[in-house]
Amino acid sequence: LPRVPAVLKKRLVKLVVNFLFYFRTDEAEPIGALLLEHCKITKEEENIFSISFIEEPERKYCFECATEEQCQEWVEALKRASYEFLRRSLIFYRNEIQKMTGKDPLEQYGISEEARFQLGAHRQ
Amino acid sequence: MKLNERSLAFYATCDSPADNSGFLYKRGERHTAYHRRWFVLKGNMLFYFEERDSREPVGVIVLEGCNVELCDSTEGFAFAIRFGGTKSRTYVLAAESQAAMESWVKSLSRASFDYMRLVVRELEKQLQEMSRGLPGGCAGSREPPGPWKPKPSGPEQSRERLPALPAVLPKENGCAVWNNMLGEGGLPDTSGCGGHDEESSPRPPPLPPRRRVSNGEAASAGAAVTESPSTFCRLHEQYSREVARLRQDWQQRRRGPRP
Repeated sequence: LPRVPAVLKKRLVKLVVNFLFYFRTDEAEPIGALLLEHCKITKEEENIFSISFIEEPERKYCFECATEEQCQEWVEALKRASYEFLRRSLIFYRNEIQKMTGKDPLEQYGISEEARFQLGAHRQ
Repeated sequence: MKLNERSLAFYATCDSPADNSGFLYKRGERHTAYHRRWFVLKGNMLFYFEERDSREPVGVIVLEGCNVELCDSTEGFAFAIRFGGTKSRTYVLAAESQAAMESWVKSLSRASFDYMRLVVRELEKQLQEMSRGLPGGCAGSREPPGPWKPKPSGPEQSRERLPALPAVLPKENGCAVWNNMLGEGGLPDTSGCGGHDEESSPRPPPLPPRRRVSNGEAASAGAAVTESPSTFCRLHEQYSREVARLRQDWQQRRRGPRP
């Protein structure tokens, strides 16, 4: 797992599903975690990216990486880390396959009626 | 452990669509009394509130690596969310009806990110296999190069190309606005396109479609990756004109004299 030295503190950072955990480099338990939903990942200056959240856009969590390449990798990974992103991908693929084959690929899993896989807002 | 609680609370209460919601009884941790709470399932997070209109959740259960099971309890319609690990707590919940219980068990057992990812990977694989299995040449005389173009002797589709695909946005999805995906790509709404006819299709818009499937049957135009919202708007504009024209042609042909 890449080490991501932050501007002030050196931390070990781990992306697990839609959470970004951060650890002190010598500890096994994380100090904290960020839920990566409704957030914006921004590439800042060299080697640096930031995460900010919709309800507090001025507050940026900054991360400095060892290399620019690593920084790009993180930015790409984090942009795809949200559950909502995954959901949209699923809906997209489902539609594409359905267009190509005329069949709903989710039917075989028995989940075609699930609310979470429907296109369009399903407000309750 | 610290958590960005404000962001969590925002996610819980914002108007992005919930995957399930309703009243459930939750058994207390130490005392076995049940408390009625308003539950909201979004993605892999199960939030619960004291009241339906509470502004902040009382708690959240992250649904990764858990098992959802029915249990027989004096409360009736009860089910449990069980986590591995000795220190982990089991959450016992009870619904108010058989139907509600079944609906919750179903949606909770499929709520994990891991499950979603599995399904997405499976669909990705299917799509990959289908595009590789396409006939080498496509009908169009001008086949723009693109990562999805089936090459007769080309290399296998590299997996790296695929992740770029989902940077698209069905416009209906209300969550779209904030996520920075919006600036990166757009999928034109191609649902209006009818079947392709024998003649060559009209020229595609300036940005090459990523994929063109054309074998005389209903085809789908691929999405072009656009670099900015303004290009996407233009692309959308062009596709809708093209679609409108195709529809017109098709309708005229239908009305025309049949041999």
